[in-house]
Amino acid sequence: MKLVLLWTDMLVWSLMIVLLLWSWVISRSPQMKKQWHTIFRSSIAMASSTVLLFYLLFTLLDSVHLRLALPLEVQKSQEVVYESEMVSLLDLIFEHNIQNTERTYSAPFATVEYASSIMVDEIGMTKQVHLPLKHVSTKDNFVKESLFAFGVGLILSLSLVVLHIWWRERSRFMLACKETWQGESDLPWRTAYVTFIFLVMAFTWLYMLSYSYHVLGTDKVGGDVLYQSFKSIRTGVLIGILTTLIMLPVAVILGVSAGLFGGWVDDVIQYLYTTLSSIPGVLLIAAGVLSMQVMMDNNPTWFETTLERSDLRLLFLILILGITSWTGLCRLLRAETLKISQMEFVTAAKAFGVSKFTIIRRHIVPNLMHIILISVVLDFSGLVLAEAVLSYVGVGVDPTMHSWGNMINQARLEMARDPMVWWSLFSAFVFMFILVLAANLFSDRIQTVLDPRNKV
Amino acid sequence: MLAYIIRRILYAIPILIGVNLITFMLFFMVNSPDDMARAQLGAKQVTPELIQSWKEERGYDKPLFVNTKAEGLAQVSDTLFVQESLKLFTFDFGFSDSNRDIGSDIKERMMPSLSIALPTFVIALVTNISLALLLVLFRGSMLDTSMMIIAVMIMSVSGLFYIIAGQVLFSKIWHWVPISGYESGWDGVKFIILPVMIGVFSGIGSGVRWYRSIFLEQINQDYVRTARAKGLSEIKVLFGHVLPNGMLPILTGVVVIIPSLFMGSLIMESFFGIPGLGSYTIDAINSQDFAIVKAMVFLGSVLYILGLILTDISYTLFDPRVKLS
Repeated sequence: MKLVLLWTDMLVWSLMIVLLLWSWVISRSPQMKKQWHTIFRSSIAMASSTVLLFYLLFTLLDSVHLRLALPLEVQKSQEVVYESEMVSLLDLIFEHNIQNTERTYSAPFATVEYASSIMVDEIGMTKQVHLPLKHVSTKDNFVKESLFAFGVGLILSLSLVVLHIWWRERSRFMLACKETWQGESDLPWRTAYVTFIFLVMAFTWLYMLSYSYHVLGTDKVGGDVLYQSFKSIRTGVLIGILTTLIMLPVAVILGVSAGLFGGWVDDVIQYLYTTLSSIPGVLLIAAGVLSMQVMMDNNPTWFETTLERSDLRLLFLILILGITSWTGLCRLLRAETLKISQMEFVTAAKAFGVSKFTIIRRHIVPNLMHIILISVVLDFSGLVLAEAVLSYVGVGVDPTMHSWGNMINQARLEMARDPMVWWSLFSAFVFMFILVLAANLFSDRIQTVLDPRNKV
Repeated sequence: MLAYIIRRILYAIPILIGVNLITFMLFFMVNSPDDMARAQLGAKQVTPELIQSWKEERGYDKPLFVNTKAEGLAQVSDTLFVQESLKLFTFDFGFSDSNRDIGSDIKERMMPSLSIALPTFVIALVTNISLALLLVLFRGSMLDTSMMIIAVMIMSVSGLFYIIAGQVLFSKIWHWVPISGYESGWDGVKFIILPVMIGVFSGIGSGVRWYRSIFLEQINQDYVRTARAKGLSEIKVLFGHVLPNGMLPILTGVVVIIPSLFMGSLIMESFFGIPGLGSYTIDAINSQDFAIVKAMVFLGSVLYILGLILTDISYTLFDPRVKLS
């Protein structure tokens, strides 16, 4: 087994480190801690952040890529030989789904193929039959298996919840349990736990039944839709967070310097963002992606495997999205910096001879944090939705990469079929909807708490 | 006023040059004129002479930015970049890869785009503002809260879902309207009803929330309290005071997109088979026809800048406090 780091993996894990550092900073500052405490006092914020963490967990699972060692009998020499294709941890969890491909379309929980095929029976008559699926046996008892899966999910999630309560309030464990149950705890933990139990039960049900059925059906070439939906989580989340991660430094540095230094610096930066924002977004992205495609076709040596190729393309797409999306935040930050730099405490700091850099670090950036945070969470949901549209336009992620946009795009071609093949579309939309809804609700809460205009 | 407008138009020129520079660089950094000639002429008959003559025919034989052979000003002006940009500034978009005149294509396709985009824009504006006013009237009530939750849910669904679901429901199952197509004139109404409805509905979530927050910001102002104190009914306060004052921030967001309505909607037009500029752009992207993409980028920026100028002018018309300078 050999660990492989793709470019985007590296970015994801460095983002995790940044997040951890940041939460450490928050836990050290009483003021920020109180702010976050206020945010989480709403049960909607608790529930939506639980959902977001659930998605993040799958992203992280899918961001550890391995090259497995080939089985021993294949190996000729003493050296360990690795397989050429990479797999992620998520692939290992869903290995049975990757292996069990069918011939073509099948509906969720179906035991036979969706389309009928013409067969010649023993006595030489032709007739139309729905062929049985290769990897679904008709002997399974659906109700029994579902109940068993729900039970496993409930026990698993409940024990995790109890563990968490114990970890939170070790000294007064029984009391904390009672408080949580009655909804009297300081933060609405009950909502978070209920959401968590619900999510775990839903997942175990889908997962355990995926051993005996194609829970969400199969696509045109017989691939399992459930597996595709879970694989797409990484693409969606990555586009949502890495884009902001890339554009954030640019927007902050340019916005603050434009607002603070004024003069020609301000003129140049204003010119830059007016020019960029005057180009219609989709077209700029399209032009960028088209150029990138030509560049990648001209340099086939940059990547060894198809996975690396699609990964590089994802990275470029994120870069291009970052370039096109920093202008809005930059404009906001410039205006706010301009306002703050006129305030008395900045004038006082200047009079004391504090250096420009220290003024930025100590007085300006902390006062911009709420704008940055709000725009990060607001952009996230927009970018997840944009991915689907871009894939439809043909300038999204690599067609071989699993993403909700690609799923929708492929399923759209089957719209004309009668009866309709609806499950690919349905799964992609539901998975996307839950993520975007959670992000929107969470960003709403952050905005209500952090935006000073809301305090009357 | 006129002087101000002229100055604003002059300001737009450096921005358009910047836009050109960006698209030009994106295009020619990865795709040299030699590559273009090879792709156009086909693999069979590529000889250096043929490439040279193809380039000369189209003016692609000039250097990109600096012409070292020329003298004086011509060192900069006799280059591919300046020549191409000048053509764009006179709205001469040249020919697409399939040898069609882009300018006349654009003129032809503007009307279908507008026939979808304009009704969508107007109906959406009216619906969103009236819904927002209704919610502000009943602010804090169950209606307000539940509508806000519904609005977040509408926002969280991908726009593609509305289009697909609408086509399946209204066209495939109920057969109310044709699934796609376009006709000019009144006969075409049946084709545009569905895209307009879907366009309005998918924007309702974010629209209502935005207008509601604008009106709520107004409702805490002193003049509203005064209006109430002199005994005006809540409805009169809303329509007589809050709405006109709320129109100012609404103008900033709305006027700027009016010129861009000509560009149409990429997704809507390609799903409903409308021969507008949006589907034109999508086809160009799919066939990697960079000449069309470049023309659309330029047109889009011109219209956006026009929108910015219109916003400023409308400000002076509606807000007596703002003076153009």
